[in-house]
Amino acid sequence: MLPLRFRRVTMSARVLVGVKRVIDYAVKIRVKPDRTGVVTDGVKHSMNPFCEIAVEEAVKLKEKKLVKEVVAVSCGPQQVQETIRTALAMGADRGIHVEVSGKDYETLGPLQVSKIFAALAKKEQADLIILGKQAIDDDCNQTGQMTAALLDWPQGTFASEVTLEADKLKVVREIDGGLETIKIKLPAVVTADLRLNTPRYATLPNIMKAKKKKIVNVKPADLGVDVSSRLEVLKVDEPPQRQSGVKVETVHDLVEKLKEAGRI
Amino acid sequence: MGIFQRFARIPLKSTYIWSLCRQYSTDLTAVDRALIQHRCVHNRGLGASPGNPGAAPPRLPFSRVTQEDLAFFRTLLPGRTITDPDLLKSSNVDWLKTVEVCPQGGNTGLVGGSVPVFDEIILSTSLMKQVITFDNISGILTCQAGCVLENLSNYLEERDFIMPLDLGAKGSCHIGGNVSTNAGGLRLLRYGSLRGTVLGLEVVLADGRILNCLATLRKDNTGYDLKQLFIGSEGTLGVITAVSILCPRKPKAVNVAFLGCSSFQQLLETFQCCRGMLGEILSAFEFLDASCMSLLEKHLKLTNPITESPFYIVIETAGSNATHDEEKLHKFLEEVMTSSLVTDGTVATEATKIKALWSLRERVTEALTHEGYTYKYDISLPVEKIYDLVQDMRGHLGDMAKNVVGYGHVGDGNLHLNITSPSKDPALLAAIEPYVYEWTSKWKGSISAEHGLGLKKRNYIYYSKPSEAVALMGSIKAMLDPKGILNPYKTLPDNIH
Repeated sequence: MLPLRFRRVTMSARVLVGVKRVIDYAVKIRVKPDRTGVVTDGVKHSMNPFCEIAVEEAVKLKEKKLVKEVVAVSCGPQQVQETIRTALAMGADRGIHVEVSGKDYETLGPLQVSKIFAALAKKEQADLIILGKQAIDDDCNQTGQMTAALLDWPQGTFASEVTLEADKLKVVREIDGGLETIKIKLPAVVTADLRLNTPRYATLPNIMKAKKKKIVNVKPADLGVDVSSRLEVLKVDEPPQRQSGVKVETVHDLVEKLKEAGRI
Repeated sequence: MGIFQRFARIPLKSTYIWSLCRQYSTDLTAVDRALIQHRCVHNRGLGASPGNPGAAPPRLPFSRVTQEDLAFFRTLLPGRTITDPDLLKSSNVDWLKTVEVCPQGGNTGLVGGSVPVFDEIILSTSLMKQVITFDNISGILTCQAGCVLENLSNYLEERDFIMPLDLGAKGSCHIGGNVSTNAGGLRLLRYGSLRGTVLGLEVVLADGRILNCLATLRKDNTGYDLKQLFIGSEGTLGVITAVSILCPRKPKAVNVAFLGCSSFQQLLETFQCCRGMLGEILSAFEFLDASCMSLLEKHLKLTNPITESPFYIVIETAGSNATHDEEKLHKFLEEVMTSSLVTDGTVATEATKIKALWSLRERVTEALTHEGYTYKYDISLPVEKIYDLVQDMRGHLGDMAKNVVGYGHVGDGNLHLNITSPSKDPALLAAIEPYVYEWTSKWKGSISAEHGLGLKKRNYIYYSKPSEAVALMGSIKAMLDPKGILNPYKTLPDNIH
């Protein structure tokens, strides 16, 4: 019996994709009056853009017949089911909703989510986990790396290109100095960067089909994961307001204003 | 000669240095002379001829703008504007001899209505950009005519309202210009035209009198509704200086669906289905054809979100409850998909995706500019006939035209017919006009649904209006502007019969 690490990837490969429900990228963020967080009630939410790219990559692999099944996973309250449905409409086969709500949801962070993913990866016998590189609400950029460490799997982060070669994954990574190409053995964790692909629009026939796909509910306790947090948010503030500039009518006014400001 | 050459490249619209618009501070006298010369060379006023009714007519016997006039304005307007009413009263008598005036807002019109033909003085509203009041209970906004539409939209959105109109030129057009051209746009289907949403106007008449009809009342049946004269008059009856307009609440839930249809007949049936099932939440129903999509892909590198189809529809819903609206929309989409009225489609609820889908309709005009020269026609027809015109034109023009595309506000019965050729082609123009106007007239359509007549279409008015109506328009113009100084050569035909 070959250890998990050396299992050859065949057509029966299963991919887990994490999708996070975040405040929509285009919405103006407002801090709550009590400065404990941002206003989320009644605010438009959507799938984290990097998670969309992750879903697109997984679906592409399935279309190329390199993997057999794509499972979309999201952690949170009832509303995250919308996000899972969007992933299903893009081509994922089934969904897992890990129920976390109330205070636990407010303090849910990369450490707890990576524990959940590690547990799910073992339970579902996943061969590949694809996540977005970071979420646009917390910008942590930690979940992928922590998940790989907990599973003791190799990781290919900031991926802008992923190619499956037998049981290895060639990943081109976007790093500060340019592009780095690495080869990692499966099973592995990959985090998607912006240039990996352009997510498809969910077309109507697929949206209809997605309604029939299954989403299974699971509790963190069922996976043996403790979601309590050891972090406490002290306060949340808006960034300092930028002072608006002043328009002047003539060169004379400009010189006067510069003199007033002590610049000349 | 050097100065003339350098300034020959300045577009005609923004040349008058001493006027109330943007300034170029240079050697004034030499440039003024050069510009006036340049203008007269270009507009020798060959006159509108049967072969070219859109061309400028011969110059009417107005006074020439002289150096004395320029000097007068320079001393009168050191800061480019006067707002003291007493000063205004005295100044408004002397110079209104017979020097003509061309009111100009954002200068985004498509029929040359805001562009001077000879040496008309440009009266620009760009400095009049204040919001006067906004009542957030009634939703009535009062503002000066030079407010840019997009700025007003942003102002209102912060207060949970929106403007009742929206068009592609929103980043540049002024509300005064919108009102004086009775602009239509993308939201007309839902909120109606400016004739319904404008509650009051402040207008300056040709003799300098100020007509203050700036009421903020929803209902006021006291006498003739004078503001309707000025709405859509294209600056020929008076200059609009302030507007009060009724604004709708900002919808809580906006969804956009982008659908593909295999025939125009199915598109129309989809529209009927849409009206029935989405009724009260429908806020836009636009279409574009396959040629438009290929231009968008070719020149702007936009991607088609669905499979290729002969026709594409953009449907927008706007309502107060996201869950209700999504349910209605999904039921509608299921219906049109299962009945095969629609072959493919996609839906968006997030702002970024909504913008992306709308850009497929809003940027067609931009894509067309990359094809060479575009002949633009804005036609109103009975809804069933809309695409027949496009197909007839294709057949009629054959190889002469590079592209013949159709898109527009199909929900309002308004087609934007665009024909392109690599460069300006008089033979092509002769084949298009008057064929397109005769075709429109045959089906009792309008030769200018929302763009107005301006300079280019003034002589075609008879295709859509009977001579008695045009004669009456002439009488009204003569009464309000006896010297004919307001935006001459525009809107009304050269020879009223």
